Amino acid sequence: MSDLRKIIIDGIETEALGDMTLIQVCEQMGIEIPRFCYHERLSIAGNCRMCLVEIVGGPPKPAASCAMQVKDLRPGPEGAPPEIRTRSDMARQAREGVMEFLLINHPLDCPICDQGGECDLQDQAVAYGMDFSRYREAKRAIDDLDLGPLVETHMTRCISCTRCVRFTTEVAGITQMGQSGRGEDAEIISYLNQTLHSNMQGNIIDLCPVGALTSKPYAFTARSWELEKVESIDVMDALGSNIRVDSKGRRVMRILPRNHDGVNEEWISDKTRFVWDGLTNQRLDRPFIRVDGKLVACSWDQALDEAGSLLKSEQVTSIAGDLASVEAVYALGQLTDSLKGKKECRVNNVDLPIGNRSGYVGTSRIEDIDSAGRILMVGTNPGVEAPVLNARIRASWLAGSHVELVGEAVDLTYGYKHHGTDLLSWQKLAKNLENVDLADTLIILGQGALHESLDNSALGIAMNLADRGAGLLILHTAAARVGAMDLGFATEGGMDQALDGAGVIYNLGVDEIDIPSGPKVIYQGSHGDRGAHRADIILPAAAYTEEAGIFVNTEGRPQLASKATFPVGEAKENWAIVRALSGKLGMPLEYNSQIQLRLKLAKEFPHLMEIDMVRQNELQPIETEQAGNAELKNVINDFYLTNPIARASAVMAELSYLTRSRDGEFNEAA
Amino acid sequence: MLADQDRIFTNLYGMGDCTLAGARKRGHWDGTAELIKKGKDWIITQVKESGLRGRGGAGFPTGLKWSFMPRNSDGRPHYLVVNADESEPGTCKDREIMRHDPHTLIEGCLIAGFAMNSNVGYIYIRGEYIREKELLQVAIDEAYDAGLLGGNACNSGWDFDLYLHHGAGAYICGEETALLESLEGKKGMPRMKPPFPAGSGLYGCPTTVNNVESIAVVPTILRRGATWFASFGRENNTGTKIFAISGHVNSPCVVEETMSISLRELIDKHCDGVRGGWDNLKAVIPGGASVPLLPKSLCDDAIMDFDWLRDHQSGLGTAAVIVMDQSTDIIKAIWRLSKFYKHESCGQCTPCREGAGWMMRVMDRFVSGKADIEEIDTLLQITKQVEGHTICALGDAAAWPVQGLIRHFRNEIEDRILQEKISV
Amino acid sequence: MLRRFHHTQPDSFEFSEENLKWAREQIAKYPEGRQVSAIIPLLWRAQEQEGWLTKPATEYVANMLGMARIRAYEVATFYFMFQLQPIGSIAHIQVCGTTSCMICGAEDLISVCKERIASIPHQLSPCERFSWEEVECLGACANAPMIQIGKDYYEDLSRESFESLLDDLFANRKPIPGSRKGRFSSEPQTGVKCLAEYENGKAKFSPAVSLARIEGDQ
Ligand SMILES: Cc1cc2nc3c(=O)[nH]c(=O)nc-3n(C[C@H](O)[C@H](O)[C@H](O)COP(=O)(O)O)c2cc1C
Ligand code: SF4
Ligand code: FES
Repeated sequence: MSDLRKIIIDGIETEALGDMTLIQVCEQMGIEIPRFCYHERLSIAGNCRMCLVEIVGGPPKPAASCAMQVKDLRPGPEGAPPEIRTRSDMARQAREGVMEFLLINHPLDCPICDQGGECDLQDQAVAYGMDFSRYREAKRAIDDLDLGPLVETHMTRCISCTRCVRFTTEVAGITQMGQSGRGEDAEIISYLNQTLHSNMQGNIIDLCPVGALTSKPYAFTARSWELEKVESIDVMDALGSNIRVDSKGRRVMRILPRNHDGVNEEWISDKTRFVWDGLTNQRLDRPFIRVDGKLVACSWDQALDEAGSLLKSEQVTSIAGDLASVEAVYALGQLTDSLKGKKECRVNNVDLPIGNRSGYVGTSRIEDIDSAGRILMVGTNPGVEAPVLNARIRASWLAGSHVELVGEAVDLTYGYKHHGTDLLSWQKLAKNLENVDLADTLIILGQGALHESLDNSALGIAMNLADRGAGLLILHTAAARVGAMDLGFATEGGMDQALDGAGVIYNLGVDEIDIPSGPKVIYQGSHGDRGAHRADIILPAAAYTEEAGIFVNTEGRPQLASKATFPVGEAKENWAIVRALSGKLGMPLEYNSQIQLRLKLAKEFPHLMEIDMVRQNELQPIETEQAGNAELKNVINDFYLTNPIARASAVMAELSYLTRSRDGEFNEAA
Repeated sequence: MLADQDRIFTNLYGMGDCTLAGARKRGHWDGTAELIKKGKDWIITQVKESGLRGRGGAGFPTGLKWSFMPRNSDGRPHYLVVNADESEPGTCKDREIMRHDPHTLIEGCLIAGFAMNSNVGYIYIRGEYIREKELLQVAIDEAYDAGLLGGNACNSGWDFDLYLHHGAGAYICGEETALLESLEGKKGMPRMKPPFPAGSGLYGCPTTVNNVESIAVVPTILRRGATWFASFGRENNTGTKIFAISGHVNSPCVVEETMSISLRELIDKHCDGVRGGWDNLKAVIPGGASVPLLPKSLCDDAIMDFDWLRDHQSGLGTAAVIVMDQSTDIIKAIWRLSKFYKHESCGQCTPCREGAGWMMRVMDRFVSGKADIEEIDTLLQITKQVEGHTICALGDAAAWPVQGLIRHFRNEIEDRILQEKISV
Repeated sequence: MLRRFHHTQPDSFEFSEENLKWAREQIAKYPEGRQVSAIIPLLWRAQEQEGWLTKPATEYVANMLGMARIRAYEVATFYFMFQLQPIGSIAHIQVCGTTSCMICGAEDLISVCKERIASIPHQLSPCERFSWEEVECLGACANAPMIQIGKDYYEDLSRESFESLLDDLFANRKPIPGSRKGRFSSEPQTGVKCLAEYENGKAKFSPAVSLARIEGDQ
């Protein structure tokens, strides 16, 4: 039942739900209320007191609008709607007062502060503060913390809003940050000055309204107003987090989250945020060909000629890697088709059913996690496969949903019931659910449950349950996978069949597997990683921040990534390389620009151009042979090193090292 | 003077027998089951009619507060929580109840618990009161042994468990929601209201927090009648009340007297007068550290109750009377309170965390005179910036004594500043 | 005052058997799943066992209650009765310095502490048997000025009586708690003005003082 109530704000009458807070109602009306501690995705602290408003007819003191709900207000005389004022003398004086208090112990070091230009305190001091300070006493100084390689601290600037503490405890699910002591000596700390054990910690940099927590890798590299800001999509996992890429000249300087309620809310993982130094290292910045066993630089013409003659003379198999955009895969697919070659994107031997979107995407949306009463996870560790999604599961768990897991038992930051690690356990669990209403059950099936050796059984069981009402979400680890499957970039029988008889392999950014010896390899990609090392011809390509592209996320949502900078060196956009090659082969693809490509794509695969829409996939349960038993093995070993860009990043390498040595310690202790 | 037979706390000084037997002899635990059998409504009505106002400082009508508890449980337990944190400077009254007359409190807990549908009560005693805690625990154990607590407590048909819990040195835990946080095992940081404890208090369940004295007077009120209690004091300020008088009187003491006794009578009759005589009086803080002081001129006619003191820009608070004679450095006396509030601010919200320290630092310089005259107004403004802007009333409590000082002794501050300037 | 764990810490902590049993009883006072409520009493007991609150003890208690260490640390640093550094082995003297005591002479007591124990609070005396600090109102204002040592209050002090109290402590004698002016408890010093009927029957010592003496005898 909706509980709409009338309320008057600054003389304007409006309607709002009883459990909305006043700050939310104001926001809805476009009335700006200053705040520091309030954050709509964190619990309410009400400690900064910046959002005070006057409640007409209430007690003779202002109220915190971030905490007060509409239903807490008493009606005015004769049943008139309650009235609040956000710009009255009372409210204004309260704010000025709070502002002054916040500034007395805050260093006035804006010129050297990385937050300068995007600091809530700075902005609000200008908007709401007084322009001089009456504080004559000594300012407080506080020791800085060592939170690790990501978050730089300047704790003297901290205003004790506790957002960082609330984020790490509530969202990231670590219990390391807190506020010790009391009064003006209260300190925001990490326990025993430990570095933070979370792959979501970077978010506290965004949350910190002042410059107390800043980005260590970004430190002092640029000022916010010098940056070119481009909205894009992340490819570090299959979630498709919405990001903003900030660059200066040809360099990406930082990556920040954008809000998307359905996808990443406003969080991103540390890999997403800090991988950008990997964009400049290990880059393939010109073409290479192998001469006498050695890779030597060459011109584009040479490389394309060489590739063209290879493709003409040999049976080709094209494989598409984890970071390839829909456009690149589409173009390569068309080229391969015209050469009568084979295609495969399921390079890690997972058994995604071709043409059955309900089987390789599922039938649910990420958002369904929020409302699920029971979440069954099979063969997945979302904590490393999609940390932001994991935070969402945690939120659902905090709100009361039950979580159960079949597969490797790992620390997920929330409690779950563990049902064993093999297929039989999943079968058994499903059987126990025979007489259970599954309407609010959501199954999250990871790549660990899709390995060939399981013969589709785990998926089959899940689809049966889905048939009885459960939701199903296939959790991918590769940003490119769903898009490539949508394009039909796969061969019955999987990698073995696809590679069977191949004389040349066209490798579009596949770096996570060893390519079998034998065939010649054309590698198209951005980094000198495993794929390039095995290559005979290297076609240097743009990385994900250097070209536009469509990526379909794990729930089947197509999203547009944009070009933030130009490709490095001689590298070219991926679709364009394929297009150029098709010309060399004398069978040119019918588009000369990405727009033309997309128009064609839209005709053939209309849903891929339904940007930001999630299609409801009709469930088509699959037939499975009842295979023997097998273990469900998670697919990610090292969160920080899952792709060539990450492996080229010094920051990721350090994080990987720290995590491994910490886990080592842990094992020793145990 | 209040007659002995009208005293509720007949063993206030601990000179009598503190055991259950002794308490019974003095009339406690007499007919408790019958009182309970008269029902919740009767009890709450009696408490309302007695005019009892909370003895913890704010003076909120106790019966009314009890009536805010949901009438029936929605499945969540109801809790009675007794505030025995007694940390307001000047205040030392609940201590006497707990160590010398504990059965008044225990019996009160059973009755109050019953009246608010609660089967469990917690008494939160300040950590420093270790002997008080031990003595109160002895009394609770006695009560259990005698069947006065536990299942079918006192044969009343009501099950009631009473637990003693202690703090560890934080004034803020006297604030009722901070107390609940502390009782839940956290830092004593006040919660925002609403929700009020009666809706969501301890462990998210309906809870009422009352001061020790508020609860301990209830059995006698019920036994002797609301009208008996209401016959003491002025309208809206009824009953007997424990006063604690400290500072520059000849014989400081704790004493139960009638509400609305005049300050002068209280001091003269019970404390053998102000040190050096009434005219040697400089000022009085009439209700504990958080209320503004009264200069001598107001003390002459002061009446010790909620309304009179409020009307004279002060308050009854906890009825902790701090008397200061002419020898007192009044600026320093109030500075010490500022220091107290800075020390005790929990640090949660901005105005209190930053303002309390700032106020103290300006007061530091007022004590030494190393300040400018204009800073008196600055300080006054700072107090106004804190007052009413914080999560709990500690901010107000920190602001008021300073405001009182400036209101009544501005010229003394000015003199000191000028003196210092001349001497430099 | 900044409050942090002391730089030097013992290796481990464990409750004595008796304290462990006691701790379990404390936990039982709170509803199922609310055992964290017992943290203050348990930390306090750990401090009584060790003399001060150590890091291993805090972590031990956190484990016992199934709570994150940081939450226990927050509690340990928030409440000022937790001594986060070693205190005098014989006595840690807590002088109330708040207004009622201050105007009745607490500053004299503090200067005695500075002279005879250590020039700054929380520092051990050279013999390591004593330490002192100024604390906020201890709630015995009608008996000001006063101090607390361990469980007991010593009241109605003057510079002289405090010095002699210290003399006793320095000589390893436990002084009798309570008023130093001969008051029974908080009645007027000149004699009770009410409830006189009980005065004759009163015991030698008030209940609190008796309790201290019984313990002292053990
Ligand atoms: C900072 C602060 C400290 C307080 N300390 C105490 C205290 O020590 N004892 C007490 O009974 N009430 C104290 N109170 C008042 C309580 O919040 C609450 O109003 C009281 O316990 C209610 O009991 P009553 O209605 O019986 O008075 C304090 C309030 C504030 C704001
Ligand atoms: S460090 Fe930043 S986010 Fe954390 S409490 Fe301080 S101001 Fe808030
Ligand atoms: S935003 Fe409301 S108190 Fe901070």
